Amino acid sequence: MNWRAIKAIIQRDLLAVTRSKGVMLPLIIVPLLFMIILPAVFGYFSPLLMEMPGANMPDITLFLDQLPPAMLADFEGYSMEQLMIVFTLVYMFAPMFLIIPLMVASVVAADSFAGEKERKTLEALIYTPTTDMELFVGKVLSAMIPALLVTLVGFLLYSLTANLAAWPTMGEIFLPNTAWIILVLWVAPATAATGLGATVIVSSKANSFQEANQIAGVIVLPIIALVVAQVTGVMYFSAWLTVLLGVLFWVVGGVLLYFGVRTFRRSEILARG
Amino acid sequence: MTTIPVIKTQGLTRLFDDITAVDNLDLEIYRGEVLGYLGHNGAGKTTTVRLLNGVLTPTAGKMKVLGLDPTMDGAELRQRTGVLTETPSVDERLTGYENLRIYAALFNVPPAAVEKRVAELLEVFQLTARAGDRVGEYSKGMKQKLALARALIHQPEVIFLDEPTSGLDPVITRQVHTLIRDLSKNGGHTVFLCTHNLEEAQRLCDRVAVLENGKMVALGSPAELARDLWKGMRIEFETTQEALPIALQTLEAIPDAHEITTAEDQPSISLILSLRDQVPEMVSRLVAANVPLYRLTPQEPTLEDIYFALHETDKEVKK
Repeated sequence: MNWRAIKAIIQRDLLAVTRSKGVMLPLIIVPLLFMIILPAVFGYFSPLLMEMPGANMPDITLFLDQLPPAMLADFEGYSMEQLMIVFTLVYMFAPMFLIIPLMVASVVAADSFAGEKERKTLEALIYTPTTDMELFVGKVLSAMIPALLVTLVGFLLYSLTANLAAWPTMGEIFLPNTAWIILVLWVAPATAATGLGATVIVSSKANSFQEANQIAGVIVLPIIALVVAQVTGVMYFSAWLTVLLGVLFWVVGGVLLYFGVRTFRRSEILARG
Repeated sequence: MTTIPVIKTQGLTRLFDDITAVDNLDLEIYRGEVLGYLGHNGAGKTTTVRLLNGVLTPTAGKMKVLGLDPTMDGAELRQRTGVLTETPSVDERLTGYENLRIYAALFNVPPAAVEKRVAELLEVFQLTARAGDRVGEYSKGMKQKLALARALIHQPEVIFLDEPTSGLDPVITRQVHTLIRDLSKNGGHTVFLCTHNLEEAQRLCDRVAVLENGKMVALGSPAELARDLWKGMRIEFETTQEALPIALQTLEAIPDAHEITTAEDQPSISLILSLRDQVPEMVSRLVAANVPLYRLTPQEPTLEDIYFALHETDKEVKK
């Protein structure tokens, strides 16, 4: 592997990404919403919501009673207000947080693979002495690196915002816990790989960044299903289940990337036009 | 130019479904040579470049470029070739400097030499003043010059240029022509020039290969092609304004005289005779018709004459 060439591809793709408003806008807005605005709003306002005259306390109590016992055990010792905060910011948003690495990887990969076709810059790259595998690795890393960076920085910001916003109610640092650390270090890279693999495959057929991005966006659906499962109490993401979830995403991501690399051959790309 | 073939193909063929993009191509190109690869759009020029650089696999046939098999040794070969693609393919979001620096790394230019090489090329192509601007703000000519600089960043032995002056203004076209000549004559580079600009080919190329629907229909220097393929002769003569109508009438009566045209600014006529031997007969007919002849000049056929003659022949063969 020629790592100097791979580094040059990463540098080239990242420079191109950071200079496109169309690509950068979702990369800024979505993490900002998930990692700062939502934890700030929920951390600060959810206890106040319960004090509102219209708040349906019996229903909320009934809902919390129906949560899995393991989850309820985690809530022991919390007041109702604190419990609402922990439930929302620690459990409800955990799977939602996975949308970030998946989305960042997909958006950057769509720009790097399909967008490059659209801009007609791929042909010059194809005539370089890099191998197909070096080109692929360079492009995959140029999507993975920002996805992991945004996730890590986002996680720190999320933890900071959540703890600060909820401090008046919680009076203690409640985030991150073990499941969150596993989520960020193990599951998030796996979801990024899944989004990336799906986008590479879609990009081999798509002719533009927008087209690839929209089709590959479907991959976010399993994450939404996880959010619903966690919110409704169908599933409880304990540390072990989080590890297993990571394994599942790594397998799916690995399979998608395996098929992705097969679509990324010079001769195939040019023969497809 | 030496007689060592740097590019050699035998029966090279590439099919796309039922379309034959390159058909049984036998070609040898020598070190330091500028070979014009002529053909209409879709004739198979770009496909040939892709095959010779190992980015497309052939359906049949053999090829060697710089002693390497492009299909097997593609990466090693591309380290020694440079390609200017038909569209400049420059990264418009990057600056001119960034484009060259990144491609210098991709072409394994030694890190210590990168800055010097990039500055050198920016200077040669008169892009130094705009090197820090994003390429999206460049004119078409500047983008083309940047793409050419990028193709030369690693000082390749063989340079493939696909329509290098397409859409460029005459000043930049002349600069590019000078550079191509310099690369070949002073630098010893081999240039594979895909073009449908026949004047450009005539001016720059040692030999030309004419491609028609993927098949090579002629190969040789413009003079060789003229001798072998152009049996007729273009003649221009000067007479008087008063004698023009009778001269035209006389020429139209000669069965093998065609493309008879008059000049706009002077009383002269240009025509093509199918055979050189018909010149004396034409002159005697004009003299017999009392047409004064002040000047009679035989003209060498241009590459354009030959190209269109070949094209006509090909169409007739198909009929």
